[in-house]
Amino acid sequence: MTINELLRVEHLTMRFGGLVAISDLSFSAAQGEITAIIGPNGAGKTTVFNCLTGFYKPTVGRLTFTVQGKQPVYLERMDGFRIARAGIGRTFQNIRLFPAMSVLENLIVAQHNELMRASLFSVAGLLGLSRYYDAENEAIELAKKWLDRIGLISDADRQAGELPYGDQRRLEIARAMCSKPALLCLDEPAAGLNRNESGALNELLRDIRDTQGIGILLIEHDMSVVMNISDHIVVLDYGQKISDGFPTVVRHDPRVIRAYLGEEEDYDVDAVQPGLPC
Amino acid sequence: MTAVFTAFKEAGLASLVAFLLALPLIGFRTNTTGTGLNFEFRWEALVVSVVIVFVGRCVLTSTRGLWQQSRLHLPSFGYLRSVIDRRRVSFAVIVVLVALLFPFMPEVDRRAIDLATLVLIYVMLGWGLNIVVGLAGLLDLGYVAFYAVGAYTFALLGTVYDWSFWGCLPIAGAVAAMFGVLLGYPVLRLRGDYLAIVTLGFGEIIRVVLTNWVALSGGPNGIAGIPRPTLFGLEFTRRTREGHSFHEYFDLPFSGDHRITFLYYVILILALVTNVFVLRIRKLPIGRAWEALREDEIACRSLGINPVNTKLSAFALGAMFGGLAGAFFASRNGFISPESFTFIESAIILSIVVLGGMGSQIGIVLAAAALILLPEALREFSEYRMLVFGLAMVLVMLWRPRGLLAHRKPTLTLYPSGSRTLK
Repeated sequence: MTINELLRVEHLTMRFGGLVAISDLSFSAAQGEITAIIGPNGAGKTTVFNCLTGFYKPTVGRLTFTVQGKQPVYLERMDGFRIARAGIGRTFQNIRLFPAMSVLENLIVAQHNELMRASLFSVAGLLGLSRYYDAENEAIELAKKWLDRIGLISDADRQAGELPYGDQRRLEIARAMCSKPALLCLDEPAAGLNRNESGALNELLRDIRDTQGIGILLIEHDMSVVMNISDHIVVLDYGQKISDGFPTVVRHDPRVIRAYLGEEEDYDVDAVQPGLPC
Repeated sequence: MTAVFTAFKEAGLASLVAFLLALPLIGFRTNTTGTGLNFEFRWEALVVSVVIVFVGRCVLTSTRGLWQQSRLHLPSFGYLRSVIDRRRVSFAVIVVLVALLFPFMPEVDRRAIDLATLVLIYVMLGWGLNIVVGLAGLLDLGYVAFYAVGAYTFALLGTVYDWSFWGCLPIAGAVAAMFGVLLGYPVLRLRGDYLAIVTLGFGEIIRVVLTNWVALSGGPNGIAGIPRPTLFGLEFTRRTREGHSFHEYFDLPFSGDHRITFLYYVILILALVTNVFVLRIRKLPIGRAWEALREDEIACRSLGINPVNTKLSAFALGAMFGGLAGAFFASRNGFISPESFTFIESAIILSIVVLGGMGSQIGIVLAAAALILLPEALREFSEYRMLVFGLAMVLVMLWRPRGLLAHRKPTLTLYPSGSRTLK
């Protein structure tokens, strides 16, 4: 669709026993764009995410991830942590921080692999070589930059679990950004946020897209949240793609309206397939 | 009035249960007579035990409110904690100085030094297990297996090949670390209770193998004549075949205390090395990854941390320190047998870590001292020793459920403690 295609999903199908959670889904996400996957509850959005980040192995399909200047990698064959190393950062629907560790430590852990190499797998670190301390200071600088941006710099030494909900959400995004991803995947980032917080979140996401030049893929079930920040929207219903395109186009797509509002005789917005993780 | 009634009702129920239990357990006694066994019915003992339960239950019910109130006023380690935090370095220096000078203090005799050596072995084991349990959050109930592997590695190398203690020490550590990886690999997917059960089984397997593989380990007879550690080749014996012994070289009259004191210093150095190692590695990426893994494994994966390598390194390093302590134990005793490596040892080491407050280095010292010295002090009550020991543990867990000194200090901070301005 665009020149700098980051992620291409082709014919993705995921079955759990007899239940088809996603069937034959194809779409792509580009660098420098915010791509949103939306759909009613139970449409299979989180399942798509879990396939992308290696928590599920797709039944059928190819997931090609191409970072500029690197060989394409095929995510459907990789372990979760290798996918993260390839450049996909993610957040979770129910926030997964390291609650007993400090805010700063959360951001330093995100830079684990670089620091591990700098510490020569702990040897240089144990001997106290300056090589490691330089890398550590750099990591702290990066963490400080993100703490500044999400407005938590004065809470750097607090326990992450003590922070208010909205701050935890932003911290989780900052943590994912500290792992220097090429594609940032956000699972319902606005869930549980009030109007102000979700406004600030939109600001942050736009800022990340414009200044970091990375792609953002986000899941949301609330259409109003995504309409004004997304460049590209994919709509799912019952595991199938029903619409794909610019927000203005998607908004007026009769099938999308039907999926969200239902038809006259079958008005049920929360039609959820039983047992389907959302 | 109703309060009294409930108290009596509860006590009545408790004593009924006590009666039903005590009837077969206490009520009957078998006596051996010339021709065989005969029963004796001890109704006095039965009545006494039921009355004790009744009265005890009454007292407990009527003082329950008091206990809950008093909990709030029980002393906490808040003061000690703040002292340790404020003068962290100086406090550690004092503890180390006391430990260094301990053998030369007045009133300290051979027995005290020997006991201190035993405490230090457990301190070292506690610090080693702390890597696995406290930092990486992997509940390991079979830690004694690595202690045994280290001990037998040195015992075999020392008796069969006549290798010296210092040469074997790294080998014992390496072999134990290898066993740590061997155990770690199959249990990577397990957590919590399941992991605890498998590690417990592993500990027992090692002990059973050592008991039955007579050709290798001497079976239940154990291995005797294990070489003692030497000070740069100087032995601590009255006479040596060649060269000098310690007292000849320094022109001192021979005394058995020299060896005891020397062993004390060896374990002190080993324990301090363990401590410095753990304190340092905690602040390195691998240490933070262990803690992150304890907090949330899925989030770790999403950040590109390899959970397999991270867990295995925790198992291996924890096991290595267990192995080093084991080699020292074998050398100190001069004799080892599978008897020394039973499950109760694992339980004691784990209790030290949990009581000390997971992740707290100084807490582990306090807990080790308490758990090793308490049974020694209670030797006169030999039969009730474990009972008092258990009671003490229950009380500590009620009073400080997260351990004696449970408090996590961040591995790096942006601000000096207590302030909000940048360094």
